[in-house]
Amino acid sequence: MSDHELRVSKIRNGTVIDHIRGGQALNVLAILGIDGSEGEAVSVGMNVPSDRMSHKDIVKVEGRELSQDEVDVLSLIAPEATINIIREYEVAEKQHLERPERVVGVLSCPNHNCITNAGEPVETKFDVLDDGVRCEYCETIVRDDLAAHISVK
Amino acid sequence: MREDHLITAKQLSRADIEAVLDRAAEIDADVSAFGDRHEDAVLGLMFFEPSTRTKMSFETAIKRLGGETVDMGPVDSSSVKKGESLADTMRVVEGYADALVLRHPSQGAAKMVSEFVDVPLLNAGDGAGHHPTQTLLDLYTIRENAGLDDLNVGIMGDLKYGRTVHSLAHALTNFDAQQHFISPESLQLPRSVRYDLHESGAMVREHTELDEILPSLDVLYVTRIQRERFPDENEYQEIAGEYGIDLETLDAAKDDLTVMHPLPRVDEIAPEVDGTEYANYFEQAHNGVPVRMALLDQMLEEDQ
Repeated sequence: MSDHELRVSKIRNGTVIDHIRGGQALNVLAILGIDGSEGEAVSVGMNVPSDRMSHKDIVKVEGRELSQDEVDVLSLIAPEATINIIREYEVAEKQHLERPERVVGVLSCPNHNCITNAGEPVETKFDVLDDGVRCEYCETIVRDDLAAHISVK
Repeated sequence: MREDHLITAKQLSRADIEAVLDRAAEIDADVSAFGDRHEDAVLGLMFFEPSTRTKMSFETAIKRLGGETVDMGPVDSSSVKKGESLADTMRVVEGYADALVLRHPSQGAAKMVSEFVDVPLLNAGDGAGHHPTQTLLDLYTIRENAGLDDLNVGIMGDLKYGRTVHSLAHALTNFDAQQHFISPESLQLPRSVRYDLHESGAMVREHTELDEILPSLDVLYVTRIQRERFPDENEYQEIAGEYGIDLETLDAAKDDLTVMHPLPRVDEIAPEVDGTEYANYFEQAHNGVPVRMALLDQMLEEDQ
């Protein structure tokens, strides 16, 4: 383990999300719905030096493994990230993110006139494009700042 | 989802379109022969937004097929005012009707409702999204006047919010048609329609001036520049005049140009054009009945 990764403490069981694009760590926490209120131990490194990325963010969450929905959305805003599942201080699984074909219930549509913003009993669904996502209902294409459209659970 | 809901023109192949238009032509030739095709059929008219042509032509179409309508009436006197969701309203009415027609101000409304109902659903306009039955009657009109291949089609006006434009653009990708979009820069096609046209390999050109392209057009489809979209009335006035046509404008057009408009018009087409061979917009509106008869006939037939 390199020096810069030691800037945040090791965890015993949980998830380490590494190689997050610099500045996106707080959005990652938002996706996970982590705001500290549940008492879980969370370590965040932002803009730490990285051989591969120049600068990166890293998030370590004690006692939490990610659901597939969460991984899918992470892949949209942090496609270069790697997810390490930690058990007894060791990396038990290492996962590179793959972009899903669609994401359900995790992004809100920025089109105020979209039926998904009208209080109807329907989850948002977005098709994943090469360079963005597209609402399956109103067809609005979102290319920039996807993190701003994450529905925080 | 049922495959026979009609939500967007994108789901229509050339064969689908031609099947509807061919049946519409049969109906047009002898409407009385279809008068008992769907006796007892009930069509639910769910218009959450004002409509004259679309609603009346659906109503006429089902009656000419021998059927009846149930109509939710104005939104102000419906359960929507009590806060009922669209999904619930439509799930209730599907128990009353054999097919449903929905117009709604929200984009994606028909797509959402299609996930809740099991009778055929026709999207009669969802905000700035789609209007596929209008497109079928537009194509019928184009076919009657100019054929459907080897065409130069100009589509002018509010391309950003014009749902009839979006549906027509999608449908024309099935044919050998070069599409020319003419609008102020602020009202150009939305990103999603551009994306689809690009993906389909459509032949598309964009213009800000009609005179750049008018002489080569076979069809000119004019839409209303919507005054309410402009925050500044002066800005609207400057633009609106540039996207209207009159006899002088049409001096540069081919003699057999077909001028269309989904109506209502305000001042985009001068009344002096109405009496010329160019004008096809009232014929276009009338074509709504046989085309919607054909569509309903097909959907109700398949549903039996």
